[in-house]
Amino acid sequence: DIDDVGHKYYLELVLEDVLDKDSTVNCTAEVLYHLGSKNVAPDVQFTLEGELKNTDEADNVFYNQIKSLEKELVAENIPDSHGNVSPEMEPIRRLAWVASGYVIWQNSTENTKFHLAQIKRVKQVKRSDEYLEFDYMVLLHEMVSQEIIPWQMTVLWHPQHGVQVTQDSRQPKHASE
Amino acid sequence: SSRPLFEIFSENLLIYCRDQVLRIKARNEEEVKQLQLLESLEHLELDFWINPSAAALPVDVRIPAHNVQAVKAFLESQGIAYSILIEDLQAVLDKEKQDMAYSQQKERSSSSFNYGTYHTLDDIYAELDHLASEYSSFVSKLQIGESYEKRPLYVLKFSTGGSRRPAIWLDAGIHSREWVTQASAIWMAKKIASDYGKDPSITSLLNNMDIFLLTVSNPDGYVFTHTTNRMWRKTRSRNAGSLCVGVDPNRNWDAGFGGPGASSNPCSDSYRGPSANSEVEVRSVVNFIKNHGNIKAFLTLHSYSQLLMYPYGYKCTQPADYAELNALGRAAASSIRSLYGTTFTVGSICTTIYQASGGSIDWSYDYGIKYSFAFELRDTGRYGFVLPASQIIPTAEETWLGLKKIMEHVRDNPY
Repeated sequence: DIDDVGHKYYLELVLEDVLDKDSTVNCTAEVLYHLGSKNVAPDVQFTLEGELKNTDEADNVFYNQIKSLEKELVAENIPDSHGNVSPEMEPIRRLAWVASGYVIWQNSTENTKFHLAQIKRVKQVKRSDEYLEFDYMVLLHEMVSQEIIPWQMTVLWHPQHGVQVTQDSRQPKHASE
Repeated sequence: SSRPLFEIFSENLLIYCRDQVLRIKARNEEEVKQLQLLESLEHLELDFWINPSAAALPVDVRIPAHNVQAVKAFLESQGIAYSILIEDLQAVLDKEKQDMAYSQQKERSSSSFNYGTYHTLDDIYAELDHLASEYSSFVSKLQIGESYEKRPLYVLKFSTGGSRRPAIWLDAGIHSREWVTQASAIWMAKKIASDYGKDPSITSLLNNMDIFLLTVSNPDGYVFTHTTNRMWRKTRSRNAGSLCVGVDPNRNWDAGFGGPGASSNPCSDSYRGPSANSEVEVRSVVNFIKNHGNIKAFLTLHSYSQLLMYPYGYKCTQPADYAELNALGRAAASSIRSLYGTTFTVGSICTTIYQASGGSIDWSYDYGIKYSFAFELRDTGRYGFVLPASQIIPTAEETWLGLKKIMEHVRDNPY
C-alpha cells in the first residue's frame, strides 16, 4: 500500500518458452496499480535475468511467407471450436497473443484477469512499406466477470522492429449472442 | 497334423459336419504301434492333431463323420481307451464364428464413439444409451428433468444393488462453453463402467455406494455453443423485460443468493437470475438430490484454470470441515499431478478464484453434503475454453485420479 498513490506488487516470475518447456528465464517485476483511476494502465518495471531465445530464423520464415502471399491473408476462428490451429496460423495466433498482452496490460486493474480466448477474425492490411499489418478482432475472456469481450486491434510487425499495437478498441457485445 | 482351429475355420463352411475328435490313450508300446498302423490307413482320412509317438502322450485325431464308427469299433476291439474331445466339430466352429462376429460388433459399437474428440449433444446422448445397454447390469439412465428448451436432463446411475445406497453426485457442463468437462464426463462414464470388476478401487466403491453422473448439466447452452456462439456460458432462458438471454446457472443456487460475486444484469455472463432456483436446470438437480436423501459427495466439473476448490464462494470464511476438505483436496491434487505433472491449486472458492454467490457446492455443503468440491480443469489460459481435443483424454485421465481419491475417502469415511 502506497498512500495516495496505489498498490505496488513485487513479483518473481519464471518465463517459460511455450515451444520448449526446458527453456526458462527468471524475471523480477514491479507492478503499480494507481489509486482510483480505471483509465490508467498499471506501471510495470521488469528485469530479465538472462536472455530470451533468438527467434530470427522463425521470424524471417514467417515474414517471407506472408510477404509472398498473392492475396492478403484472411482467417477466422483461431483456434476453432475444437481447439485446432493449423500450422500456418500458429504465428498469426502468437502475434495476436503478444498484441493482446499489450491491450490487456493497458486495461488491467486489480480486479481483472484477462486471457485471449479466441481470434474471431484476422485480415491482413496491405502496406507499401516493410511492415506487416493485421487487423484483428479478438475475444478477451475476463475471469472475474466471466465476460467475453470483443476487441479490435491493429497490429504492426517487423522481424527487426517487433510488435506494435497502433490502434485498439473495445467492441460492444450483441444482445442476441 | 495339429492345425490351429482358426486355420481350419477360415477354409470352409460345412465340411466338418459331425466330424469327431477323439483323444486316445495308448498304455504301452504295443498300443502305440496299433495307432501308427491306423495312421497309415489313408482311406480313413484321419487328421491327427497329435500323432502317436510314445505311450505317455495322448493322441488326438479328427475323424471324418462317415468313418467315426469304423475307427471306434477298431479301438474297442483292441481294448484301446479313448474319449470324445469334440462331438461335432462343425458345431464348435459355428459357435466360434458366431462369438467372433459378436465381439467384433461389440467392439465396433462401443469404439465407434471417439472419446478423444468433442461431440454434439445428440452424440453424447446416444453414447449414454450405449453405455446403459452395454453395462445394463449396473448402469442405467435416468431423466431428472427437462431444460428450458425442453431437452431431457439425463443422469447415468451406477449401482450394483442395495436400496438408496449412499451415493456420489458428479456433474459437468453446467457452463456450456467448458467443453472439456462434458467430454471428460462421458469418458469417465465409460471408465467407471469398464473398470468395475477389474479395478479394485472402483469395484469396492460400487459395491458400497452408487454414483450419479450428469454429463451435460446445461444442454440448451451446449447446443448453442455448437450452433451459434462457442463462448456461450449461461442457460438459454428468456429474461423478462430484457433482450438478453440466459442466467448463469452457477450463480443461481440457493447459497448466499443475491450476494456479491453475481450480477443483477440479465446481459451479464454472471447474471444470477430473478430468484434462486429460477433455472429449471438447477431446480432439477436440487430436487433430485433432496428426493434421494442419501448423497454423500457433490462434485462438479468446470474449466479452465486448474483449480480444486471447496466451499465457500459466497463468503470468505472457512467451512467447518476446512481441515479435512483441504487435506483431501491436496491429496486429490497430488494424484492428478502424478500422471502428467499437471498442477492444480487447492483452496476455497473465495480465496482461490473470487467471491461468487449462488454457487452449487456452497448449496450442497450447506445442505449437509460434506464432501463438496468444484474442479476447474485444463488449461490455465493458453487455449482456455477451446482446449484442443488432443487434450481431452489426458485431462479426463488425470482428473479421474483426483476424483477417485475423493470418492475413496468418501467410501472410507461414512457419515
